[in-house]
Amino acid sequence: MTSPIEIEGAETSSALDKEPEPKGAGKKNETVQGRSPGRLMWLRFKRDRTGVVSAWIVLFFFVISAAAPLISKLYGKDPYEFYGQDDPTLLNEFNLPAGPNGGMSPEHWFGIDPNYGRDVFSYLLYGMRTSLYTALLATIGIVIVGVLIGLVSGYFGGKIDYWLGRLTDFMLALPSQLFMVAVMPVVVTVFVAPDEETPVYIRFLAILGVMWLLTWMSLSRLVRAVTLSLREREFVEAAKVAGASPWRIIRKELLPNLITPIIVQGTYLLPSTILSVAFLSFVGVGYQDPTPDWGLMFATGANIYEQDPTYMFFPGIAMVVFFVAFNLLGDSVRDAFDPKTGR
Amino acid sequence: MLRFLIRRTLGAALILLLISAFTYFMYFAIPQDPAMLACGKNCTPDALALIHKNLGLDKPVPVQYWDYLSGIFVGRDFGVGHCSAPCFGVSFRNNQMVWSTMMDRLPLTLSLTFGSLIVFLAAGLGAGLLAARFRGTWLDKTFSGASLVTSSFQIYFIGPVVMGLLVFSTGWLDKPKYVPLTDDPFGWFMGLLIPWIIMATIFTANYTRMARSSMIEQLQEEHVRAARAKGMSSRYTFFRYAWRGSLIPIITILGMDIGGLLSGGMVTELTFGLAGMGRLARDSVVGKDLPVLMGVMILSAAFIIVCNIVVDALYAVVDPRVRLS
Repeated sequence: MTSPIEIEGAETSSALDKEPEPKGAGKKNETVQGRSPGRLMWLRFKRDRTGVVSAWIVLFFFVISAAAPLISKLYGKDPYEFYGQDDPTLLNEFNLPAGPNGGMSPEHWFGIDPNYGRDVFSYLLYGMRTSLYTALLATIGIVIVGVLIGLVSGYFGGKIDYWLGRLTDFMLALPSQLFMVAVMPVVVTVFVAPDEETPVYIRFLAILGVMWLLTWMSLSRLVRAVTLSLREREFVEAAKVAGASPWRIIRKELLPNLITPIIVQGTYLLPSTILSVAFLSFVGVGYQDPTPDWGLMFATGANIYEQDPTYMFFPGIAMVVFFVAFNLLGDSVRDAFDPKTGR
Repeated sequence: MLRFLIRRTLGAALILLLISAFTYFMYFAIPQDPAMLACGKNCTPDALALIHKNLGLDKPVPVQYWDYLSGIFVGRDFGVGHCSAPCFGVSFRNNQMVWSTMMDRLPLTLSLTFGSLIVFLAAGLGAGLLAARFRGTWLDKTFSGASLVTSSFQIYFIGPVVMGLLVFSTGWLDKPKYVPLTDDPFGWFMGLLIPWIIMATIFTANYTRMARSSMIEQLQEEHVRAARAKGMSSRYTFFRYAWRGSLIPIITILGMDIGGLLSGGMVTELTFGLAGMGRLARDSVVGKDLPVLMGVMILSAAFIIVCNIVVDALYAVVDPRVRLS
């Protein structure tokens, strides 16, 4: 019921419909207690091996990118340092890595980049850090905006709902990719004088803002639909009769029931946000060169793959592995939350 | 049907108007004089004033916007010449008419979109139907696994990899380039083959999953079971009953995808070095070339809206229960 697009995943979840059985004899002696939905979900999720493995992989990516400064310190290379200029033997006369396989060596594990001779391994780590955490913050913002708008229009109904609905329709009719690209430079130039260098944090905030403003629609529609049906339920009426304020009803009665669809939708939203952030950098309006960024690596790669195909190899493989894991995780999370949907 | 079309067309016109107004006024928030772009490096105040006058930039912004809008319907006169009826203005960068630039770029984008569409529809629906028919067998599992992996690919990674294999190391194909279909159909086909395959690889996965799951759902419907029970062949119920019912979700995402492809083939075009609408849009944003951006934006939005209307009309064709109102 939650995701607008049914996504088929791995074949592991056939057994998920069963109620989790208590483990071991010790548990049986305890007094029988109701399990909270969250606990049930957790138990179901734990039994899904694909889900657990992909969760570990996704977590691994987030951890190594968070630890990028530490890892590159241990590894001894800095993503901003132009090793090609310090040591002229690293780059040949075309400014391409001189060594075989894009300059891979015990010194530079994933090789060095053309033109500057920066270390690809540490650049990739820092780049993933930029992309993943920008996208994570953007997703949190999108979820907040989407949930707020959905809740307000679903709960209050009437005129508010009508106009928010029109706004949602309008936003959905926009050519979203194009609009994102078009809005970025405007947001940036509003804050920065034309002759100044744009600070990285302005770009970061601009990306966050653009994502928050332009991608909340699908979530808000979902939340609105669920809220509409929840609003008519007895417990909400009871709360109203008892004199609870709208804010309290939203917080205490509605939100707990919305957590499931929000988490499921959020797990699908995060990878697509990562792609959008990478897309902005790839097109040339997101992060710009000295800032290491995953999407930027592909932009560089697309320019030079004829001469130096190995440069793209590691960022690309990392991205494929990450997204396969994330898609599997999304399916498992959905299966764990509502076992009745699906195949 | 007519009422539906009229209502939707009016809605579409309103949305286009809003989008154009939003984009136009947004770009005037940039504290930068667009005439400076047209003027170039050796700019004198006189030249600047002339360009202002030629481009109509000396008037207040709302008046400029009104001129722009009316120009689309009746044409305008600029210092550089007359701009006839669908007039989307003159580029700040190179003094070219925006409409003719767009018409130069559009065939490539259309070729990319519809060429890849044929490939991914055939592959995706075919694989999805097979997977639904042979549900649970190795075939189903292979397709599911393959679509899981290919849906995690990105054009900007897989594109260069495939190019590296097919173009640079083996030399089987040439680097993608665009030859107009009317000039040389074979060259057109060979030039766009790699982009089509790459785009199709990424889109196929979605259609495979979609076709599979909605087919499986449909096959369990009462009317399909009833048809089967009264003795219709399984092939007939599969194609005439279940297939028709499973088209609705497929049409929905197809409409979204066509709209998206027509408006945002940016990544494909940048990856393969092709110059279509997506690249034009990117360049106009980076170069802050407002008239070009406006043109691309309005045209793209129009594509998306038309796709949405067609999709809604198709629902009624596919499913007789749907009433257009």
